[in-house]
Amino acid sequence: MIKALMARLQQGYRTISFPNHTPALPERFRGRPLIDFAKCKRDCSRCIDNCPTNAITKTKSLNIDLGKCLFCGQCQQSCPSGAIQLSKEYRLAARTKEDLIICNGELKLAEAFDKRMKKLFGRSLKLRQVSAGGCNACEADTNVLGTVVYDLGRFGIQFVASPRHADGLLITGPVSDNMKLALEKTYDAVPDPKITIAVGACAISGGPYRDLPQVHNAADKIVPVDLYIAGCPPHPLTILDGLLRLLGKIK
Amino acid sequence: MIAGNSISLFNCQSVDIKQIPVVGINNFRSFIIEAVNSGKRITSFFAYPATPQKFRLFAILADDNAGNLSVLSSEVTDKYPSLTPDCPQAHMFEREIYEQWSISPEGHPWLKPVRFHNSYSNIIHKKAEILPSVMDFFKVEGEEIHEVAVGPVHAGIIEPGHFRFQCFGENVLNLEISLGYQHRGIERTLTGGPDRRTIHFMETLAGDTTIGHTTAYCQLMESLSDCRVSPRAQTLRGIALELERLANHTGDLGALAGDVGYLPTSSFCGRIRGDFLNMTALICGNRFGRGLVVPGGAGFDINKQHCDELLEKLARDLKDVNVAADLLWNTSSVLARFEETGIVQTDICKKLGLVGVPARACGMEIDSRFNFPAGIYCFSQIPISSWHTGDVFARAYVRWLEIQRSIDFINDQLNMIPDGPINSEIKAALPNKICVSLIEGWRGEICHVGLTGTDGKLSHYKIVDPSFHNWTGLAIALRNQQISDFPLCNKSFNLSYCGHDL
Repeated sequence: MIKALMARLQQGYRTISFPNHTPALPERFRGRPLIDFAKCKRDCSRCIDNCPTNAITKTKSLNIDLGKCLFCGQCQQSCPSGAIQLSKEYRLAARTKEDLIICNGELKLAEAFDKRMKKLFGRSLKLRQVSAGGCNACEADTNVLGTVVYDLGRFGIQFVASPRHADGLLITGPVSDNMKLALEKTYDAVPDPKITIAVGACAISGGPYRDLPQVHNAADKIVPVDLYIAGCPPHPLTILDGLLRLLGKIK
Repeated sequence: MIAGNSISLFNCQSVDIKQIPVVGINNFRSFIIEAVNSGKRITSFFAYPATPQKFRLFAILADDNAGNLSVLSSEVTDKYPSLTPDCPQAHMFEREIYEQWSISPEGHPWLKPVRFHNSYSNIIHKKAEILPSVMDFFKVEGEEIHEVAVGPVHAGIIEPGHFRFQCFGENVLNLEISLGYQHRGIERTLTGGPDRRTIHFMETLAGDTTIGHTTAYCQLMESLSDCRVSPRAQTLRGIALELERLANHTGDLGALAGDVGYLPTSSFCGRIRGDFLNMTALICGNRFGRGLVVPGGAGFDINKQHCDELLEKLARDLKDVNVAADLLWNTSSVLARFEETGIVQTDICKKLGLVGVPARACGMEIDSRFNFPAGIYCFSQIPISSWHTGDVFARAYVRWLEIQRSIDFINDQLNMIPDGPINSEIKAALPNKICVSLIEGWRGEICHVGLTGTDGKLSHYKIVDPSFHNWTGLAIALRNQQISDFPLCNKSFNLSYCGHDL
């Protein structure tokens, strides 16, 4: 016992004070891409041609769909004029898919629940996680929220063992054929009122697996989704930021 | 052994496809059976559609002592006499071949679906809708026998799979594992590539093994296109692979502690695992190493400052993980649950061809970094870590031994990283070649086989994640165990669902 106590002392206090203070992200962190339209050349389409998921489109100007973006940085690397830079902006959660398409200006970050839902879930939100064709990276970085570093429980959020105990689902993966039925059944098993959160490029748009014959291209093709958290995978802080915004704990 | 029936290759050596001997099916069978009986392992075994009606079966056999791979092939149409009754190692591969191409291994004792998808072959009519886990499970009958079905959606944040237990009271008589829920159809999509999505498929084959699978792929493409990777890039890849091993092994020790209710190590290791992931992020910006390994070299370089920071963090985390692991080995209530739980006997391990941590926990001296070195491992060898008891304790302890050796390795590499470029130009792959690429991911041996067509594009790509071999090991480990020990046994294997399902 004394050994365990000594070890506890040695390991120290590790919980971050987020959201009051944001811990430093790695210098090379690849977050939200920013476009400098002054530098972007009209007749060039290299970023579009090099994007693995067709996340970049050109209408009047360049649009990047963060729901499709893998944050691989191919656009930045291929741009001859340095017009695209992946920033250290980790906040990437939105209430609709359309909000994740950015051209100019700020990303419209997720708004909090309405009054009724906030009253129901604001202080206690129990989630069931469903991996539907996910690669285990989004799952792993969701799981991390349970460690002492993020200590999800202090926000009243908990992952529970059964959909029957849950207020909502957190879905990862592009929804493979073989998980479609299980996802539908799990969703149905959650009592109303309920919410759904799609985490990662796969669950939002199919990610790298978009249009493969064996996947359904997004969680919202199967069940309604209330919150989209972009990334491949999203950083744990990105996921936590999204959850706290939905609960109105970050504004 | 019949001479001339196979060709011997080194890891990552590419040869013309026409150099691979095509033998009669009887010779093919007897060669494989003899080779496995003499201690070789089936690393990969797959069917390649040579023409719409004819298939070529390729078998890759690993000789761990000699460090070489025997490759042979045979032509079949729609059936051949199964290898499994004489060579159990072939059982999953034959089921896979049957499911993918409707080639029937006649006499296979357990011919069931692997991933529950329609056949790629046009020979037979499309069956009715295929639903996952809708098949005949092995059933035990008798008084007081009961069946427990778990999954696909499990209690934790974990990927989906279905487990069917036949129990007598608390005792598990048989466990059958039915997967395929994560099947995304990756292998099929790779044909005709590489294209701009290929590297991202590799990075997400099993997201927790991004470096492992991506390195296997890059080594293969570099060999097929005769590209030499710089020593500095090789070193960076090695550091990344060991960081991946550190993160996952540490996480596993924590999760094992959690499953026996020992919370100190569980919470310490959960945090330390994150520190290792953050070290990978320090190199490339992503915790899983996305973008770090690219064909031709590495996507990111490190400078002196990075090296110093990594060394400092590594020293600190070694101390922390030491304390956390030490608690496990000194707590009798932990050892009481770990020891003699979920034993896999060494002879069963050999028969099933298990790889990686579960195999080394049965005393098997197999580790691709040592037996089939490629890249940095040719110059800097990591000794094989093994233990002999085959139980949960052994699988945990091997992880701990490997954690220490990986930290030593990274320390050495950071201190003597060679100068030079990190990228070499990579051209298109040469036509009509075949290459086998092995690498020891944190779960075990990863095998990628690539074939190119006359245009130099991939005409076939075969991926074997270590989990493909090892899921059967978990089923065997559960025999005559209490069902309440399933989570612990499962965690001690910690196999990949998506790596298996592809």
